[in-house]
Amino acid sequence: MRLGARWAEDGPQAGYFPFYIGLLVCISAALNLVMALVNREDAERDFVELDKLKLVLAVLIPTAIYVAVISWTGIYVASTLFIAFFMRWLGKYPWWKVAAVSIGTMVAFFLIFESWFKVPLPKGPLENLLGVG
Amino acid sequence: MDEIQALAHGFVVALSFKNVALMLVGIILGVIIGVLPGLGGANGVAILLPLTFSMAQSPGGTTSAIILLSCIYWGALFGGAITSILFNIPGEPWSVATTFDGYPLAQHGRAGNALTAAFTSSFVGALIAVIVITFLSPVVARFALEFGPPEFFAVYLLTFCAFVGMSKEPPFKTIASMMLGFALAAVGTDPVTGALRLTFGTEKLLNGFDFLVAVIGLFGIGEILLTLEEGLAFKGASAKINMRVVLDTWKELPRYWMTSLRSAAVGCFMGIVPGGATPASFMSYGVARRFSPNGEKFGTGQIEGVVAPETAAHAAGTSALLPMLTLGVPGSPTAAVLLGGLLIWGLQPGPLLFVEQKDFVWGLIASMYLGNIAGLIVVLTCVPLFAAILRIPFSVIAPVIIVICAIGSYTVHNSIFDVWMMVVFGVAGYAFKKLSYPLAPLVLAIVLGDRAEASFRQAMLVSQGEMSVFFSNGLVGTMTGLALALLAWPLVSWALAKLRS
Repeated sequence: MRLGARWAEDGPQAGYFPFYIGLLVCISAALNLVMALVNREDAERDFVELDKLKLVLAVLIPTAIYVAVISWTGIYVASTLFIAFFMRWLGKYPWWKVAAVSIGTMVAFFLIFESWFKVPLPKGPLENLLGVG
Repeated sequence: MDEIQALAHGFVVALSFKNVALMLVGIILGVIIGVLPGLGGANGVAILLPLTFSMAQSPGGTTSAIILLSCIYWGALFGGAITSILFNIPGEPWSVATTFDGYPLAQHGRAGNALTAAFTSSFVGALIAVIVITFLSPVVARFALEFGPPEFFAVYLLTFCAFVGMSKEPPFKTIASMMLGFALAAVGTDPVTGALRLTFGTEKLLNGFDFLVAVIGLFGIGEILLTLEEGLAFKGASAKINMRVVLDTWKELPRYWMTSLRSAAVGCFMGIVPGGATPASFMSYGVARRFSPNGEKFGTGQIEGVVAPETAAHAAGTSALLPMLTLGVPGSPTAAVLLGGLLIWGLQPGPLLFVEQKDFVWGLIASMYLGNIAGLIVVLTCVPLFAAILRIPFSVIAPVIIVICAIGSYTVHNSIFDVWMMVVFGVAGYAFKKLSYPLAPLVLAIVLGDRAEASFRQAMLVSQGEMSVFFSNGLVGTMTGLALALLAWPLVSWALAKLRS
């Protein structure tokens, strides 16, 4: 509102579009709600079943933790741990396979991004220790 | 025949050793992306886009970069068919219709025939679309050179209204999703006055949302979460393609020339008018079923039922680049990402591209011919390899894909905040899919929002705030009228259905 959501001399002001877009979102959301209430046939369908939701959360929560860890250890260490966690916890692989795949993937990514494409990714204490950061 | 000459020059550009190598890399990466759940054309290109920033800086580099990215797109289009036929899991939304007849064929042990038919008809569809692009785009571009802000706004309006009118989702869901996209696009600095909007006082939102991050989250993470619901293992038919099967199928295919031609026409039309590949494939499957002499057998494993949707999907996917190149209005989410790439590389998509960047445009068009030929050869020879990728257990492939998505969204602006945004968009994408809100209009609105608004306000500056400028001459009036008609179409068809019953 502060920007002026009105029509000035020379056309719309800066807040004009966002205001009407917001309005349209509200209108169409309300209409969708009405449609959903009128068409009761979908009402029986659950949004998501409980055991499926558990699976989805089993991925979503580690992903959130993973992103939080990136800023702390850098992307390479965080990703290695993330892949290892998944393989061990959901896939129940033996430790040697877990280590081989997770470390191997990240070494490959390191070579692709840092050496080949020269795109710097976030690094942490481990890379500094190894002298590649 | 200026076009032929320009195209010949384009082949010279595209046939350099480096570009051919990039083409092959792009196709192979693209097929892998198309086969993997959670990675598709749009977000695959979005993830790899930051890697081309340095490539695009060398002379002629933008052409190499667009060849790499567009070949990933062709590869993804080919790859979608593999999973639909062998595993009954559409790797891409546009290959859903391919499962109807493709999977039954695979169950009858004719997977090789189905795959050959799918790849060959994809190739035919793409080829027809490229020919259309070759001859139509210079004409459209020349025409569009005369466009001013009102005309451009009318084109944008037509794009958005076409989505509402042609989507198979309820129109208000399309509008809601599109408006959310506009709202996200409006965050940050106002393009005309420089005022800050919708930032809620945080510095992090100053630059607005990057659509690349949105695409990676919505399509990548959202898709992974959705796939998880289906369970962790894939079961599929085994695939063997040998020369005999290929030749046998090729002998059978000319019988369906009418279906191919019809589907290619549907596809080209739906690609240029931004309907997209997905509705095109469904539409042409429906049309083929109605017109085919053995239409009632569709769904039990008819080669023709594979030919129709694949031809149309590829034709639509390819011809979606026509409005992107000539008008700067992409016809599909992947074309929108490619458009974003052009802007980042410092090219201005639109009619001037055909005047100022001849090497780029014609190199790209020539690479479409070559890329699709290369693609056909790659997929026909490497199917077992690609099918093997799907046998990697999900608990290994899922975290790797999430890591790739995280790296992709980090590299856009080198900021961790974008990675968080990706996770948020991922959850949003999952919810959208569950509630059957379409994602394509949202992505297109994020990409085009600022440009559409800017052209609207420029038009208003010219006309001193008079709306009548959108009907001021025949051209802009027709486009605006057509747009409004498309917008009203769901209402009209609903009323007609009511009247009939």
